[in-house]
Amino acid sequence: MYGVHRNNVGRAMSPRPEAAIHATDLRMSYGTTRVLEGIDLDVRPGEVFAMLGPNGAGKTTTISILTTLLRPTHGSATIAGFDVAREPRRVREVISLTGQFAAVDSKLTGRENLLLMARLHHLPRRSVRGRADELLERFDLVAAADRLVGTYSGGMRRRLDLAISLVARPQVLFLDEPTTGLDPRSRQTVWDLVREVADDGTTTFLTTQYLEEADRLADRIAVIDEGRVVAEGTASQLKSGLGEAFVELVLADATQTRIPTDGSIEHVGEVLANIRRQGLDVQRWQVREPTLDEVFLALTGHRAAPTTDVIAGARR
Amino acid sequence: MSATNLALRDTSTMIGRSVRRSTREIDTLLLSILLPVMVMALFVYVFGGAITPEGGYVDYVVPGVILLCAGYGAAQTAVAVAGDMAEGIVDRFRTLPILPSSVLVGHVVASLARNTVSTVCVVGVAYAVGFRPTAGSLEWLAAAGVVLLFVLGFSWLSVCVGLVAGSAESASGFTFFVLFLPYVSSAFVPTETMPRALHAFAEHQPVTPVIETLRGLLMGTPNDAAWLAVAWCAGLAVVGAVGAAVLFGRRGRAR
Ligand SMILES: Nc1ncnc2c1ncn2[C@@H]1O[C@H](COP(=O)(O)OP(=O)(O)O)[C@@H](O)[C@H]1O
Ligand SMILES: [Mg+2]
Repeated sequence: MYGVHRNNVGRAMSPRPEAAIHATDLRMSYGTTRVLEGIDLDVRPGEVFAMLGPNGAGKTTTISILTTLLRPTHGSATIAGFDVAREPRRVREVISLTGQFAAVDSKLTGRENLLLMARLHHLPRRSVRGRADELLERFDLVAAADRLVGTYSGGMRRRLDLAISLVARPQVLFLDEPTTGLDPRSRQTVWDLVREVADDGTTTFLTTQYLEEADRLADRIAVIDEGRVVAEGTASQLKSGLGEAFVELVLADATQTRIPTDGSIEHVGEVLANIRRQGLDVQRWQVREPTLDEVFLALTGHRAAPTTDVIAGARR
Repeated sequence: MSATNLALRDTSTMIGRSVRRSTREIDTLLLSILLPVMVMALFVYVFGGAITPEGGYVDYVVPGVILLCAGYGAAQTAVAVAGDMAEGIVDRFRTLPILPSSVLVGHVVASLARNTVSTVCVVGVAYAVGFRPTAGSLEWLAAAGVVLLFVLGFSWLSVCVGLVAGSAESASGFTFFVLFLPYVSSAFVPTETMPRALHAFAEHQPVTPVIETLRGLLMGTPNDAAWLAVAWCAGLAVVGAVGAAVLFGRRGRAR
């Protein structure tokens, strides 16, 4: 993932690549409401970094600060070495933001949206049309190119939104909940596209409420809850914090039991032999690793998904 | 390219965007033409006979109708701006390396273009129903300048309204307020005929001096309010533009 960057001539010469995103002790308060309580971030060039957290955790606030939309109450951040507070214009030259809600002009056609953004990014006049065509092709929007965006489906809007973000080949791409509200098929398409963009070497910072999404897309994950990073690492590192694996038993009376194991045949065999000796009435059993959902639950004390049953039932 | 050149390029890109959007909203444009035409028909044919039985009321009322049209048209800017703010596209504009206020300038210039079209239409219809101004070409030019300045002032004011409105629906309430302003001015009846409170309001609101100036230019009626009219419009434009820049520049949006 390192050093595949197209837009970074200067970086190739420096001995140690500087962070694509660096944030120190970001805090944000609205009046007495503390929304961010000291966020530190370090994202390497070319990395895909996911900020995973439930609704209201402070993801959009963090992205707004990093993209120069919001001034933090405390702390500082740099993007590709530029300070977001002191050099917002330089930052804006290297970033692109796909916000939580599709930021497209619904009174223009898809093509017009792309042309508009290409012009505002000061692309050479000659290449504006070509770039738009290229992106329409890549994001499978050719057939809908000359229709008003107001008539697009949610998935199409998202794809256009992403395409618009890529018009100027940003160094750092910010995606705020890129698949929230999409049907499973559109979600898969967006995942594939994000993957592609990342494989081109674009540093990508995305937020999500979905553990699966973070797992699939990100090289590294920061779990954020109530304005704090509660854990950080690769998906497997986060999982290993809960123990490698366990034997999970469901007994006849529907109670569940978990017995930690290193996953080796010897140890699992021993565990199963023990169960036989105790004469437990086992309905089902399996050996498995913890899911990211369980990781999240263990880290934050509550579930990640914003569904009502979870909110009602999971705070302990 | 120099910074000024870039700023000009960004602004003209944004003007192009807003004008294009206006052409997609033909219904809004039609309404802002049809509405004053209907008001004109109402006053000329329905009330006109009662107001001045000997006729000639059309010459009195047309300047007011022109401003009714221009005011309503300018106020549509509030709806356009509020819609933009609600759509989230503005956040994208704010993360671009462009002059932030260029999107607002785009809206205002598009408003000037829209209102030029609708004003020309309204004047055409006025001619058809018997409007016979005495203005020479110089007066016509000055009258056009006054209308454009009025549109400029009200458009910038509308931008501010659009920025604080929160949604296109609440911004459209403002267009009705502006639509009613001419009724409490010298547009349709002389202000002396109004009850005292209304009279005071009518005498001191911007529409009255602008209408008197327009009437003076088009019909040659005596008018001493020209500077007041210019001051009102220019003042609204400056205060509106500065206010809009401040409102737009405010970071940390409400959600
Ligand atoms: N302008 C604001 N004024 C007050 N509170 C806000 C404002 N914006 C966001 N918040 C609060 O900050 C918290 C974090 O919001 P946000 O960053 O949008 O969370 P997320 O994107 O993770 O869902 C929420 O509790 C939200 O209500
Ligand atoms: Mg959010």
